[in-house]
Amino acid sequence: MKVLVPVKRVIDYNVKVRVKADGSGVDLANVKMSMNPFDEIAVEEAIRLKEAGKADEVIAVSIGVKQAQETLRTALAMGADRAILVEATDDVHTDIEPLAVAKILAKVIEEEQPGLVLCGKQAIDNDMNATGQMLSALLGWSQAMYANNVDIDGDHAVVTREVDGGLQTIKVKMPTIISTDLRLNEPRYASLPNIMKAKKKPLDQKTAADYGVDVSPRLEILSTSEPEARKAGEIVGSVDELVSKLKEAGAV
Amino acid sequence: MSVLLIAEINDGTLAMDATAKAVTAAAKLGDVTVLCAGETCADAAAEAATIDGVAKVLCAEDALYGHRLAEAVAALIVSVADDYSHIVAPATTDAKNILPRVAALLDAMVITDVTAVVDADTFERPIYAGNAVQTVKSKDDKKVISFRTSTFDAAGTGNSAAVETIGAADDPALSEWVADKVAESDRPELTSAGVVVSGGRGVGSEDDFALIEKLADKLGAAVGASRAAVDSGFAPNDWQVGQTGKVVAPELYIAVGISGAIQHLAGMKDSKIIVAINKDEEAPIFQVADYGLVADLFEAVPELNEKL
Ligand SMILES: Cc1cc2nc3c(=O)[nH]c(=O)nc-3n(C[C@H](O)[C@H](O)[C@H](O)COP(=O)(O)OP(=O)(O)OC[C@H]3O[C@@H](n4cnc5c(N)ncnc54)[C@H](O)[C@@H]3O)c2cc1C
Ligand SMILES: Nc1ncnc2c1ncn2[C@@H]1O[C@H](COP(=O)(O)O)[C@@H](O)[C@H]1O
Repeated sequence: MKVLVPVKRVIDYNVKVRVKADGSGVDLANVKMSMNPFDEIAVEEAIRLKEAGKADEVIAVSIGVKQAQETLRTALAMGADRAILVEATDDVHTDIEPLAVAKILAKVIEEEQPGLVLCGKQAIDNDMNATGQMLSALLGWSQAMYANNVDIDGDHAVVTREVDGGLQTIKVKMPTIISTDLRLNEPRYASLPNIMKAKKKPLDQKTAADYGVDVSPRLEILSTSEPEARKAGEIVGSVDELVSKLKEAGAV
Repeated sequence: MSVLLIAEINDGTLAMDATAKAVTAAAKLGDVTVLCAGETCADAAAEAATIDGVAKVLCAEDALYGHRLAEAVAALIVSVADDYSHIVAPATTDAKNILPRVAALLDAMVITDVTAVVDADTFERPIYAGNAVQTVKSKDDKKVISFRTSTFDAAGTGNSAAVETIGAADDPALSEWVADKVAESDRPELTSAGVVVSGGRGVGSEDDFALIEKLADKLGAAVGASRAAVDSGFAPNDWQVGQTGKVVAPELYIAVGISGAIQHLAGMKDSKIIVAINKDEEAPIFQVADYGLVADLFEAVPELNEKL
């Protein structure tokens, strides 16, 4: 079975986001970029499936600017076998919407015929939480989002999902789309030798036009602004003082 | 404009707070029809009909919808979608699972976690863990939207909208429910509680998390946790507050042993009053706290519990 892992290049989760003064967006020039953390978990899970003999090839795919090559090299260094870059824009500030990403992925899947897609639950830049579900709809496949545990067993998978009420376990038909939640696994770091090896692994370059997918946005971004800032209050000296402040404020 | 609102229903019971908040947001868009789907949902439908601003309730009772599997529920929603300009729901994990599937089937882009309705096509939503707010205008014929409930007040009740029974859609037969692991609790539900007490890595162990729970019980509060506390096994996953957990905005939020990473702040910075207890005076949580107490939580929390 082939496993396809879509990985997104996003602002590193440790970087303090700055909104541009003219309201045109978030400043991404000269900012540290990394693989979306949920996608690292997806790559890790795919590699573990391969190590367990349940998958024979792991293919990482990224859609966006050409710099997403770096993200794909990270996936290759972790242990993916090959990668596909689909260039869909040359502007680092243009985010390709989940619907367009899902349409491109659907075309890649038509060509590659994987038995499983492992994606992240949410990209930490647009916070959409949508691509996996959309892809599954376009393909008419089953979906198992927010996975906390995955057990692939022949023609089906048993997946435990993190939901508002706790955990839900479902059984889905293969092929399927699974999205990763934080507790699925702890991704490995790429070792130096593996980073070197990754440079020689195959990385195919395509464009959105190769797949005939229109990536123009459905959501026109009118403006991007800073949220209302919250001011720091006061430091209290003791529990007694805290209790009296809370009583004064009518909070308890 | 007519809006189809997917009610939040668990085991036949309507999640009143989440649904009534979504009704407030949806009512800005047009006449609201509420869709209730479940193995049994007549009671939920009757209750939804009492929410002010609801024009009609559709009730789809079928074993197929008992566990809100995305493929089956999405097929049901699409089967009735023709009549509506907007398909909306409160941004629960169920809705986040189902709505993007619906949107893709309708060739629309989903708009998730909406915090404000500007007009029928234009919405505000937070991005980058709430570090920026985007205003977007949808070009799609049908809009598919989830509303962040913590920013809308619940609609009142006293209404008596008509309830209409509808048939099930075809079964896509792609997935089956196996089991739920739901902790029973007498505490208020996290996203609707007036007071939340949350613990972080600083609490140190699952056993010591009892300190947090005791304080919560004293205050009639819900219990929350940081990602680090959940990852370390101190607290269950459904207690996680933050960018990728639950978003809460209670009257009072008490953060204990939590440093205040932006991913955590994303889930609680709209709380009315924030209290932080942390032994590190440099902890970023103090930059958003109304009242900060620099102290060892193992001394401060029991003392607070006693003096409240
Ligand atoms: C993709 C992604 C998604 C994420 N989503 C979320 C999310 O939804 N929610 C979330 O919370 N985090 C999330 N995080 C994690 C986040 O970045 C932080 O790592 C996490 O919030 C830290 O948790 P913490 O504050 O409990 O732990 P720490 O940062 O380790 O802080 C512990 C604090 O406890 C204090 N402390 C220790 N001992 C004591 C004591 N005895 N008395 C008083 N104080 C004490 C310390 O001074 C410290 O400030 C996410 C991260 C990523 C990458
Ligand atoms: N441009 C992209 N390239 C590759 N994968 C993506 C891209 N956008 C989203 N994804 C995948 O879809 C997941 C969810 O993203 P989103 O729906 O944008 O929150 C991510 O974690 C990735 O696995």
